[in-house]
Amino acid sequence: MDKKTGVYICTGCGIGDALDADALSNLATSEFKVASCKLSPILCSAEGLSLMRQDIDGAGIDTLVIAACSPRVMTDAFTFELDKVVERVNLREQVAWCHPAGDEDTQMLAEDQLRMGITKANEMQPLTPFEAEDMSKRILVVGGGLTGMTAAVEAAKAGYEAVLVEKAGELGGYLKDVLKLPPSRPPYEELQENTLATLAEAVAGNPKITVYTGAQVASIAGAPCLFDVQVQQNGSQVSERVGAIVMATGAVPYEAAKLAHLGYGTSPDVITASQLELMFKAANVTRPSNGQPVSSVAFILCAGSRDPEHLPYCSAACCVESLKQAKYFKEANPDTPVYIFYKDMRAHGHYELLYKQLQKDGVFFVRGKITGVEDDGSGSLVIAADDELTRSPMMSESVDLVVLANGMVSTSALGEPFKAQAPKEGEEEAEVPTDTILVSNILNLQYRQGPELPALKYGFPDSHFICFPYESRRTGIYPAGTVRAPMDYAAAVEDGTGAALKAIQCVEMVSQGKAVHPRAGDMSYPEFFMQRCTQCKRCTEECPFGAINEDEKANPIPNPTRCRRCGVCMGACPERIISFKNYSVAMIGNVIKSINVPDEYDEKPRLIVLACENDAYPALDMAGIRRLNYNAWMRIIPVRCLGSMNLVWIADALSKGIDGILLLGCKHGDDYQCHFIKGSELANIRMTKIQETLNRLRLESERVGLEQLSIADYSRLPEILDAFASKVEALGPNPYKGF
Amino acid sequence: MSDALDVNRSILVVGSGMCGLSAALEAAEAGFQVYMVEREPYLGGRVARMNKYFPKLCPPSCGLEINFRRIKNNPLIRFFTMAQVEKIKGEAGSFDVTITLQPRYVNEKCTGCGACAEAASTEIPNEFNYGLDKVKAAYLPHEFAFPMRYIIAPEVIGTEEAEKIKASCGYDAVDLTMQPQQFDLKVGAIVWATGWKPYEAENILYYGFGKNHNVISNVMMERLASLSGPTQGRITRPSDSAQAKKVAFIQCAGSRDENHLPYCSGICCLASLKQATYVLDQVPDATATIYFIDIRALGKYEDFFTRVQSDDRVTLIKGKAGEITEDPATGLVTVQVEDQATGKILRDQYDLVVLATGMVPNSSQEKVPADVAYDEHGFILNEQPASGIIGAGCTRKPVDVATSVQDGTAAALKAIQATWRR
Repeated sequence: MDKKTGVYICTGCGIGDALDADALSNLATSEFKVASCKLSPILCSAEGLSLMRQDIDGAGIDTLVIAACSPRVMTDAFTFELDKVVERVNLREQVAWCHPAGDEDTQMLAEDQLRMGITKANEMQPLTPFEAEDMSKRILVVGGGLTGMTAAVEAAKAGYEAVLVEKAGELGGYLKDVLKLPPSRPPYEELQENTLATLAEAVAGNPKITVYTGAQVASIAGAPCLFDVQVQQNGSQVSERVGAIVMATGAVPYEAAKLAHLGYGTSPDVITASQLELMFKAANVTRPSNGQPVSSVAFILCAGSRDPEHLPYCSAACCVESLKQAKYFKEANPDTPVYIFYKDMRAHGHYELLYKQLQKDGVFFVRGKITGVEDDGSGSLVIAADDELTRSPMMSESVDLVVLANGMVSTSALGEPFKAQAPKEGEEEAEVPTDTILVSNILNLQYRQGPELPALKYGFPDSHFICFPYESRRTGIYPAGTVRAPMDYAAAVEDGTGAALKAIQCVEMVSQGKAVHPRAGDMSYPEFFMQRCTQCKRCTEECPFGAINEDEKANPIPNPTRCRRCGVCMGACPERIISFKNYSVAMIGNVIKSINVPDEYDEKPRLIVLACENDAYPALDMAGIRRLNYNAWMRIIPVRCLGSMNLVWIADALSKGIDGILLLGCKHGDDYQCHFIKGSELANIRMTKIQETLNRLRLESERVGLEQLSIADYSRLPEILDAFASKVEALGPNPYKGF
Repeated sequence: MSDALDVNRSILVVGSGMCGLSAALEAAEAGFQVYMVEREPYLGGRVARMNKYFPKLCPPSCGLEINFRRIKNNPLIRFFTMAQVEKIKGEAGSFDVTITLQPRYVNEKCTGCGACAEAASTEIPNEFNYGLDKVKAAYLPHEFAFPMRYIIAPEVIGTEEAEKIKASCGYDAVDLTMQPQQFDLKVGAIVWATGWKPYEAENILYYGFGKNHNVISNVMMERLASLSGPTQGRITRPSDSAQAKKVAFIQCAGSRDENHLPYCSGICCLASLKQATYVLDQVPDATATIYFIDIRALGKYEDFFTRVQSDDRVTLIKGKAGEITEDPATGLVTVQVEDQATGKILRDQYDLVVLATGMVPNSSQEKVPADVAYDEHGFILNEQPASGIIGAGCTRKPVDVATSVQDGTAAALKAIQATWRR
């Protein structure tokens, strides 16, 4: 199908003052022979928009190149029907606002940016959403504790069917063995009833919820809206098709056997918080050593938690849980001596009021480091501690029972590392970082990259826990509750509810062929030209979301509904066989080739900047909004993620005579800021490979650079860009110029 | 969803901070029409004014940028800035909501070119920076402002300057005759996510906030440390603009205090640990002293506490600060505190003292104009007399950014359910 391209140039907001718009128009009509090219003093005005509308309706224009402001603004005005291709050329923020008006270099920059935009638009195809047969909108919830039951009930209340799989014989999880809950309503001082019975009733009575107890997920194959789940129950397997998954398998208490230094295992009267809860639940609180009633008790907080030898993190719920249990004792008998040994009393928010109440109730709070739990010689226990208040060693009064608040460990942290990740020996190149996947036997994903969610530190399976706490690195699978992070009951209920919505949202978006976070709504998806595939496995290894499986011959099997559309696979592919309809290796290669490179005698170097469109590109816009000036030899090419950068672009650029290439991406490492987890890190690794190639070509490796930049670093940009330009200028022209 | 009946399934989200924004986006991406109402002239709420997030020390604008892009790409979200909810009538499934729009004096034709700001001469206190500097009477609320649209301060309306500002606009975007407007929305459910404000530190008389120049609040510190803030990110003493090298942080300034806020505000410990890194990253020989009762770094935040604590330049002292005084001659601020570890009364001098003021829910003063139940501190209760209006984020309890997102998402589902009548 022949495309009919129209170019629309805005001269408002200083663009017309800075640039020769007629010359731009001539370029479009003479160099590119576009079907239509129009200028407008205010393209976003009704008059301006009608210019485009008339061309669409009257002249059959189906491809629009809008040379005006940044694509980040005026999005409502410049949105057209799905069958139109639209490309925005940023003449305002990144040309007119940050380069001297009327300058030859500014004009040349604008002309190149227009060439690049037209070239790209001419190769872009309208999007057709991905469709598949038998898409399911049902939600699988793995784990039938507080979080999982909540997720299933809340999804059902919104009209969605849920499948709930619980390993134990009955629902309830940790809550089954809990007597009361900490306060969540005024006056925040009284304990509240366990809500399990109500919740269990809501699950049982709901026709939209299918429950499997005594069951496990044997395997999950497929992708969002197309997941095929094998549920194993009573020795047989049932198959369920679902659309999205809430993973709510919870946490387990930290292994008390490792807490011998606190007396566990030595004295039977040293027990864990969950053991004590069971005693209260059974209304039989006695000393394990002799079956006598407990007339005094001490709680030791952070038993395992906040301890580099055990759990370096804080388990978040134990301070309040111990306050609750102290309250049990005080409610039973206000005169029972109760000691709480703590590091910091983390009674956050309204729980502070419970803490206050227990101070009034006469609980003894001791802030200090426990040095030992010992027998006092009469069968009772004493706790030795360094009291921080008095800065002296202290011994508690003798107590009948010592309760260890032994913290929690996510069930996703329970497993050995997936074996395919064993480091390869003898590899000289920097290796693609492998994800930590622990074989925790929760989801048993039939994914090439491993059977469970990749984990961050301490085995928690999240990915961006500040801004996007529900996101994991497997599309359509949302961890919630204590499997995701240590949390208390109230937080688990909220988390289960929120995760249910994320799952609902996923099935709604995916069934319309749309991507989920972070490119939510994107209808492009990668297509593979399999005839040229060399089975190198790079795409399957590097996809941050495990979207691509492999067949037995190592051919990639894409799963479009698992895809987040970052383009990392496209960047990884040495054969360049992976393309989106509106973003491909060849397309960006041609964009680079469309840049007009003056010969070396003009002393006008040409540099390209591949800028992450999530952070670096907005930062470049901010530099424009602040009217900061920087080198005008730069040609800026936005990329979906720096990880989508294919090395062939660098070869394309250098063979075209481009003097330098600068990559601007997000911070990587432990505190990564890349929205696609490891895109910028992958780009960095690929760069180490290009450096060797450059050296072989006798091109200075300094011609290619990478900077980690955050969106807020815009004031640093002029310095970064100018320094790179000076460095490249000092190297002299690219010797391949003119070849 | 075949069993939907004839009810209004659209959702109103009040507030566009991290919680409201999340609630609105999560509901819209699940396929529901969402209206978002924001009092300020920009979206993003309190987090838009933060310099960095703990514990990753990453800029809030990074996550906001993604969320704003989600709005731009989603035709199901409509938002109104400078807007407030006036009246709510009806019940879940059929609320009639009256919204008032304050005049911006700039219409949707604004391109963000900035000519009006150049034409303006009057300067007004910069609200975005908590009044720490000034801004022209025609201004963009801040650099990342979304929508990217200027605003004209009411202070100049009716003056010649306003006419000059109007004349400078080439896009017919300045409308000096704008009046407050009202309109009605029909929605099925309402998420109330109007966030929080810092406790008024003036109320803690012995800290001398407002009198002592070099005693500031933690929210002000965020602006001082920000590259886009009043000092371009240099942390300086307000009294003389000298670099602050010796900085103290006073925890629980208002919180955990029965005379002020009896509850714990949940975020201030981590905020101060974070702000200590701002100070130390700027000046190699700077020091930060944190006076605390308990350091409440829950969950994985413990790592961040450990990391900051391991810096030799950080001192943690358990003790609640008593009196704070400033020497008018030197600007040095003396903090008096009883060190609970030693029992000694400490008196130390600092260049700058930061009060970790607690969190007051905006719902304590600006109530939902409907039958909604609160606790005595103004937090919206979980259990409500009627369904369909859901409190979320810091209107429900003091929470950090991640929990606001979590809670906003949960509230969005509750709202969706409330529109689901059988």
